[in-house]
Amino acid sequence: MDRYDSIVIGAGHNGLVCAAYLAKSGQRVLVLEAAKSPGGLAARREFCDGFSVSIAHSVSHFSRTIVDDLNLAAKGFTTDGRALPTVGLSTEGNHVILEDGLLKGADTRDTDANTRFQALMSRFAKALEPFWFKTMPPMGNNSIGDVLTFAQIGFNLRRMGKRDLHEFLRIVSLPARDLMDEYFENNLVKTAFSWDGLIGSKIAPRSPNSAVLTMLYRIAGQATPGHIIPTGGVPGLVDALSISAQGFGAEIRYGARVSRILINGGKSGLATNGVQLGDGEKLRADRVISAVDPRRTFLELVGAEYLDIGFTNRIRRLRCDGYVAKLHLALDGLPQFSGLERPDGRLIIAPELDAMEFAFDDAKYGGCPASPVLEIVVPSIRDASLAPADKHVLSAHVMYIPYRLKTGWNEAARNTARERSIDSIGRYAPGIREQILHSEFLTPADLEREYRVTGGHWHHTEFAVDQMLMMRPTYGAAQYRTPLPNLFLCGAGCHPGGDITGVAGHNAAREILR
Amino acid sequence: MNRYDAIVIGAGHNGLTNAAYLAKAGLNVVVLEKNAYIGGAAVSRELHPGWVYSNCSYVCSMLRQAIHRDLDLSRHGLILVPYLGTISFGDGDGRLFAYHNPDAAYLELKRHSPHDADAMHRFHADLTRYSQLIRKTLMRTPPEPTSFRPKDILEFLYLAKQFWSLGEREIYEYVRFFTISAADFLDDYFENELIKAAMASPGIIGTALGVYSPGSAYILLHHAMGDVDGNIGAWGLARGGMGAISTALACAVRSHGGEICTQAGVRKVLVENRKAVGVMLENGDELRARIVVSNLDAKRTFTRIMDKADLPEGIFEKACNFKIRGSSGKVNIALSGLPRFSGVPDDRYINRGGQTFNGSLETMERAYDCWKRGRWSDNPFIESVIPSGSDPTVAPPGCHWMSNFIQYCPSSLSDGLWSPEKRERFGQTVIDKIERYSPGFRNLIVHMEVRTPHEIESEIGLTEGNIFQGELTIDQLFFNRPFPGYGQYRMPVRNLYMCGSSTHPGGGVSSACGANAAREILIDLRRPNTVPKDDFYDE
Repeated sequence: MDRYDSIVIGAGHNGLVCAAYLAKSGQRVLVLEAAKSPGGLAARREFCDGFSVSIAHSVSHFSRTIVDDLNLAAKGFTTDGRALPTVGLSTEGNHVILEDGLLKGADTRDTDANTRFQALMSRFAKALEPFWFKTMPPMGNNSIGDVLTFAQIGFNLRRMGKRDLHEFLRIVSLPARDLMDEYFENNLVKTAFSWDGLIGSKIAPRSPNSAVLTMLYRIAGQATPGHIIPTGGVPGLVDALSISAQGFGAEIRYGARVSRILINGGKSGLATNGVQLGDGEKLRADRVISAVDPRRTFLELVGAEYLDIGFTNRIRRLRCDGYVAKLHLALDGLPQFSGLERPDGRLIIAPELDAMEFAFDDAKYGGCPASPVLEIVVPSIRDASLAPADKHVLSAHVMYIPYRLKTGWNEAARNTARERSIDSIGRYAPGIREQILHSEFLTPADLEREYRVTGGHWHHTEFAVDQMLMMRPTYGAAQYRTPLPNLFLCGAGCHPGGDITGVAGHNAAREILR
Repeated sequence: MNRYDAIVIGAGHNGLTNAAYLAKAGLNVVVLEKNAYIGGAAVSRELHPGWVYSNCSYVCSMLRQAIHRDLDLSRHGLILVPYLGTISFGDGDGRLFAYHNPDAAYLELKRHSPHDADAMHRFHADLTRYSQLIRKTLMRTPPEPTSFRPKDILEFLYLAKQFWSLGEREIYEYVRFFTISAADFLDDYFENELIKAAMASPGIIGTALGVYSPGSAYILLHHAMGDVDGNIGAWGLARGGMGAISTALACAVRSHGGEICTQAGVRKVLVENRKAVGVMLENGDELRARIVVSNLDAKRTFTRIMDKADLPEGIFEKACNFKIRGSSGKVNIALSGLPRFSGVPDDRYINRGGQTFNGSLETMERAYDCWKRGRWSDNPFIESVIPSGSDPTVAPPGCHWMSNFIQYCPSSLSDGLWSPEKRERFGQTVIDKIERYSPGFRNLIVHMEVRTPHEIESEIGLTEGNIFQGELTIDQLFFNRPFPGYGQYRMPVRNLYMCGSSTHPGGGVSSACGANAAREILIDLRRPNTVPKDDFYDE
């Protein structure tokens, strides 16, 4: 029976990136994807005839290196280069707009503050940037090289100068709210800026420790500041990746759900040597690379019986509960937001930081927020292929919708959440309800079921200080290798983390080829 | 006009400790206190004839033993009595008794959850281990991260070595512990809601965070790293009330020739060509000194008793952004007898310790949600202690006094400022809650004093009534405390120092801040060091 060099489980963007690099290096690579098409959370989803979206609706910091290495431009990954402006919506129509680092619609005090804030954050982001692309060495061992890597973090920070280092040490753990209050007056500015620090994780504006690092992570590697929608939407990027991977000779099998990672115990101990599919078919390979989230990889595909207790406990206690739901609306025409001639951008619906905080308060007890906060994008403006002529799709991230609803998720609960979200939008786009042809609401629980990602969590596991760098997902598996020989990780659950960056896949491939 | 070597502003426990060590080094020191009594937040006050309240801080654990011995506080009359067991009250009729006897404690936990009874060993072992690294830093001056001076580099290497030598597993656990929430931390150990709630309560005391807020696990440790007679994590009472600590420290100051003036509020720190040269008192008198040490919190020091013009650019703003949020209130009650609690065996031993009205993690967190909205909860978290149960000197025979510490109590309310009428309602909320667990409690009340952040600030001078002189979050801990660049007790104006809980290692009646500041001052004044090293009998 034929044998592969590498089998990659999951054709999400990280899996594809990893596969492409391995194939490029001459390996015989097979990618197994349970769904009918590639992309995972970035895949094209036709939620009703002629209307398609993807769970991730914009790309913010996809790595340039990868675009060049895999020659994605030639494979169809193109953008008009125009970043989506971030718009803080106001019911009265006096919105604030952040475009290419410039703040419009706020008074001079805030625009000046913005200049200082942007400069400061990009200096910090620059200092940290190298480390998102590095494989972070394990802690506590004293090999010179490893210690030097950590020393280099210190050096990079110190190089910013005394003043900046002091400021960095102070704000790096600050809650988004405190940071915003120090710089800005306008509530919409505060929420719009905090958004990227909070979305996807179980943290609210008043939560210390992780928000600022998340912001810095999202600024890092951004060629152009801000979010873009590639041609063909986010799925356009996925298509380019799969074409590229196949171009290098990688094989991709769809509808192939992996049920087990095969482990055999030889004289030299346990080792991974292939996978078993849902239909019982066994595929052999020298190594298996999982783009699946760590908890699912280790507890379901591998099984605790092959792991030591300490490691299993650390995987089990990873914080993987998603708090972001997805709302898709098929619209009969362009939505009209009061005071906004064209809803072309990321529209943030969150009147003030406390609105976010209070939405979180409901969710943290497993309730559905009375008035959720949202990030809205109308991708069909940038890419007509996503909706029929003169029709549009509205795609919204809804916070905070708990994965574990106290009452349990059912049709009624889902409807309540959907209606509340649409009401929130209605306050800013009064005519929205009349325009709705079809709507779809995906709770984190739905995302988990449909996309096979634990907790429906964007980042596979919480992006937080204790689950970052050499601690992501946990030590013992943080260098893309796992306690099991020949089993590797390459998904968002590894360093550097979530979002559509491809860096995890890229780093994993580098480690494998090392 | 009299001239001193050092003026210490504020006769709180840190100010007195600082003064004691400066005086011990032969300096001519004066401590200035605005109130008619000394002690700041560590006081014993007879607010009702026969009853002596520790009306601010009420239990003692963090007082550094090295200082206790070195200043001979016992000879000056300080006696610490560990207090008896604690009862944790659940939302319903759940009761958890914390016995000192390990076997009794184990059986009691087992009654709630066999799993948790076993997990408790792991929990305490881990917490003690975590606390050991921090304890090492308590009596050391944090290194300045941007400095290249050998002193700072060596200190960094020392800490790096301590940290690195923990090994990968331990480092990982530390980082996790220091950044996650008390709730997440406790989920690693326990399954029983009441046990979780009981263990989580130190994680919120005095802070504007909830049990679900990242960072609250550290606060939990901050309360667990003290000790009574070397018994790590134990809490005790000062016989005669917390004022006994201040009195003993004051005796130490005087025995070394230091001076203490009460009713001498400071209006302004005098600065001449960017050097602190003395202070002006409320009554207009001027006192001059080589150095001025402020035991006030950072915000008060730089925004109230100093001229913005005297400060380097940016400091005033830093002080304004300093997070010092009032989150707790205090209700002190004189009782005609020992209260009885429903569902609690009539057992002198357990009845006379502390009571914590936790409810569940959710109850505690919901109280925090109210605080965010500028209200107090109808179902607040209350930590109560009946000191008279272990210390007969603080209440008439047969009578008792009960200290109730309440989370959360906002310093400013959504419906405007505090008023006597609102304070009364707040007090009643607390009584009502206790009454729910102790029918007839109300009838035992002889006298009661309600203290909201407003009272705490106006009387003791803690900004917003924050008991730690500033939030204990990472951005304000260690070399970031009070501000980055000023973590070594020297302040932006020359000859001005800080020695209060706004400096490392932060809040709690530890005396460490005052002692550390004294050590740095003596270095600057080229005097021999009089401050003892901390000792680690626990290792």
